Amino acid sequence: MVPTQYYLILSAILFGLGAVAFVFKRNIITIFMSIELMLNAVNLAFVAFSQAFGKVHGQVFVLFVIVVAAAEAAVGLGIIILIQRNRQSLNVEKVNLLKL
Amino acid sequence: MTPVLLIFFVLAGLAVIGALSLVVQKHPIHSALSLIVVMVCLAGLYLLMGAEFVAAVQIIVYGGAIMVLFIFVIMLLNAGEEERTDFSKLAKIAGLPLALALTAAISAAVVKPDASIPNATQAVIPDATKLISSMLFQEFVYPFELTSFLILVAIMGALVLAQREKK
Repeated sequence: MVPTQYYLILSAILFGLGAVAFVFKRNIITIFMSIELMLNAVNLAFVAFSQAFGKVHGQVFVLFVIVVAAAEAAVGLGIIILIQRNRQSLNVEKVNLLKL
Repeated sequence: MTPVLLIFFVLAGLAVIGALSLVVQKHPIHSALSLIVVMVCLAGLYLLMGAEFVAAVQIIVYGGAIMVLFIFVIMLLNAGEEERTDFSKLAKIAGLPLALALTAAISAAVVKPDASIPNATQAVIPDATKLISSMLFQEFVYPFELTSFLILVAIMGALVLAQREKK
């Protein structure tokens, strides 16, 4: 069997890459996708712990995370469409009304 | 090396390559396709762990519904290549080391030998799907009902946000 630690390290790597993409990317759709990547990394850790402890609580939580991610994607993509309509650009640097 | 370990390393390698590609690619549609690779690999890892239900939900909801929504919006908005803007010097110098430090810190925390995590993945939970369903509809029935409200609110929010303003 694969040790639980391997799954957790993979989860940490994916989360780190998601964080890097979140900070470095300038396209708002890609930033949104990097959030999904981080949620996926957390799901992997949940399922790995669930198997390690022999309980299904982790898998139930994964279902809730997926539901929240789906709702977030629906609302977030609506906001992205609005930003494109108002700013004619998907660049997050153009969304700076609240900046000093 | 056992076959299970080999499958794990192939899937994990593909997932990491997909995530790297998400960061490196310039065009959002390429990033979206890389993310689909990551999600399919994660579904394979869930199958490897014996979590069939989560693997199926991962493919159907993430790989199917959410990513189709993303690609739909990318094509609807005709999103082109990412424009590079000069971000701060500090981010350029400290960004990658800090990201590596974050990953190393999380990894170091989880591989600590005295951690109370059982070392090896135990045998597959028998009847996991049955257990999940009974837990979802008994112990977690109120959160489960709340998610239906959440989805309803999300649908209404998306409709209100995306409709055209009346002249």
